[in-house]
Amino acid sequence: MSRNAKREGDQAPDSYGFETRMIHAGAQPEPVTGARQTPIFQNTSYAFHDAEHAASLFNLQTFGFIYSRLTNPTTAVLEERLASLEGGRGATCTASGHAAQLLTFFAFMEPGDHFIASTRLYGGSITQFGKTFRKFDWHVSFVDVEEPEAVRRALTPKTKAIFVESLANPGGVVSDLEALAAIAKEAGIPLIVDNTLASPWLCRPIEWGADLVVHSTTKFLSGNGTAMGGAVIDSGGFDWTAAGERFRGLNAPEPAYHGLAFHETFGDLAFTTHAHAVGLRDLGTTMAPQHAFLTLLGTETLALRMERHCSNALKVAAFLAEQEAVAWVSYSGLPDNPYHALANKYLPRGAGSVFTFGLKDGYAAGVRLVEEVNLFSHLANVGDTRSLILHPASTTHRQLSEEQRQAAGAGEEVIRLSIGLETVEDLIADLSQGLETAALAARRAAV
Amino acid sequence: MQHDSYSNAYILSILRSVRTIAMVGASAKWNRPSHFAMKYLQEKGYRVIPVNPGQAGGEILGERVYASLAEIPEGFEMVDIFRASDAAGGIVDEAISLQTEKGIEVIWMQLGVRDDAAAARAEAAGMKVVMDRCPKIEFGRLNAELAWGGFDTKVITAKRRRVRLA
Ligand SMILES: Cc1ncc(COP(=O)(O)O)c(C=O)c1O
Repeated sequence: MSRNAKREGDQAPDSYGFETRMIHAGAQPEPVTGARQTPIFQNTSYAFHDAEHAASLFNLQTFGFIYSRLTNPTTAVLEERLASLEGGRGATCTASGHAAQLLTFFAFMEPGDHFIASTRLYGGSITQFGKTFRKFDWHVSFVDVEEPEAVRRALTPKTKAIFVESLANPGGVVSDLEALAAIAKEAGIPLIVDNTLASPWLCRPIEWGADLVVHSTTKFLSGNGTAMGGAVIDSGGFDWTAAGERFRGLNAPEPAYHGLAFHETFGDLAFTTHAHAVGLRDLGTTMAPQHAFLTLLGTETLALRMERHCSNALKVAAFLAEQEAVAWVSYSGLPDNPYHALANKYLPRGAGSVFTFGLKDGYAAGVRLVEEVNLFSHLANVGDTRSLILHPASTTHRQLSEEQRQAAGAGEEVIRLSIGLETVEDLIADLSQGLETAALAARRAAV
Repeated sequence: MQHDSYSNAYILSILRSVRTIAMVGASAKWNRPSHFAMKYLQEKGYRVIPVNPGQAGGEILGERVYASLAEIPEGFEMVDIFRASDAAGGIVDEAISLQTEKGIEVIWMQLGVRDDAAAARAEAAGMKVVMDRCPKIEFGRLNAELAWGGFDTKVITAKRRRVRLA
């Protein structure tokens, strides 16, 4: 709370409100032509004025574009906008949310290093961290982050970060960001928060002490199911130099830039400069300018969409909670939900629109419901204008063990919804008929 | 004046009025932050005169290096302090003693450099003060160039910027 209060009363003299920034941040009229909407710079490389200018650019001594694997003018507009909306210093966009996670850890993980991640994550992240990262000799401990002592116990001298989702996919679980930030601070390591399901309109993790925020922009930020993308936003607040030997990637002389030390040279710009000049340069996980453009269009209406996503989701969740066929609903916007207090604290504008519920009749009823509904699209995505339905155990969380699925809130009986912007009565009627049919089928099968 | 945040208008008024900058702690090594800043400011049309006792008599980026502010033969409107915070007070006092002779109007302390007492003395003498900021980053920020690297410039405007013919 104190952090929020401080922000409110201590605004920078030139600050504007969220809705103003979601439309204007990063996007001035293009100066040469006056074009008002951000142009798509469908372009790979940029002319140098002369040899000296080229040298300054390659040495990172001046600002400017060299090659679109590193930076692109359209993508840069989206980066500034996301940095502004999250209250960060800078942002780096990537080809997908997973690419953003890779780029983030790449900045400071060395072979043999370790980090702590919540057990309640998007299934794809559990696989990326637990399986693929191991090939780089990066190691993860999945911990129930609701137990601060368990997080502290998992810390080792090689631990470089704590990673959680603000609002976890798929379970509707809310992480206690302020408590986790305190543990990370004590340990001298950054707290990384995946803010995909909340979006910066509902929650701004940096205000609660997060050092880095990652996004799959594929979801609510682009909002229309059009463009893959990701981003990492740096708060600029983590002291990479004080953290010493453990963060050599950001504070030691970088051989590829003739011994330049990023944190000393770029101060609070260090992480974002490194993420472009080393991360994107060498990993090549760059966002396409067309995708940056589509995502920019999405951000222009973010607050309006999130408001409706949340109010529709609350009505659908309340309806489901009263149905005979439904065993439980995990939506933190409902007053009797165990995460309701945390949701009130971290997501006061609404608890998002992605949540799960369990069917009394288990797996078979789940599959029947998914096939029976007419308006809900059966697919593996969230954060679209359209309402989506999925059975995680057989799709997104399929690669996990049953134990991991249970820990992630994606057991056999679980259905995940991502509530869209349709007429909410239509969504409720569709689910209502689907549940009836599924229950009837289950009763017949039992006879 | 408080020095925790500065308005865009305040920083712009300084960057628009200053032409010549004495940079205390300028380095001849190309990969030092001061060298980055000096080169960039030169590119943007400022004259930057390096001050560094260890390199006095030598040259950095085409400019002769002086041992102290007092030894600079010409006038300069701004002193940019690229030294640790505990060295800032002495430099500020030297600048105050040379204020009329050299025409000094602004004391600028680099990112990470802050001395509130020294700032108060400079302000009492009628100078403008900026602390814990980099003129290169501020110029780039207000000129929309910083945004190219993915940073939040905090500049929000629907006005079309004028492009000057080179
Ligand atoms: C919370 C969360 N984080 C990360 C990702 C991965 O993002 P992407 O699919 O853009 O790589 C997803 C995708 O579903 C997600 O839901």
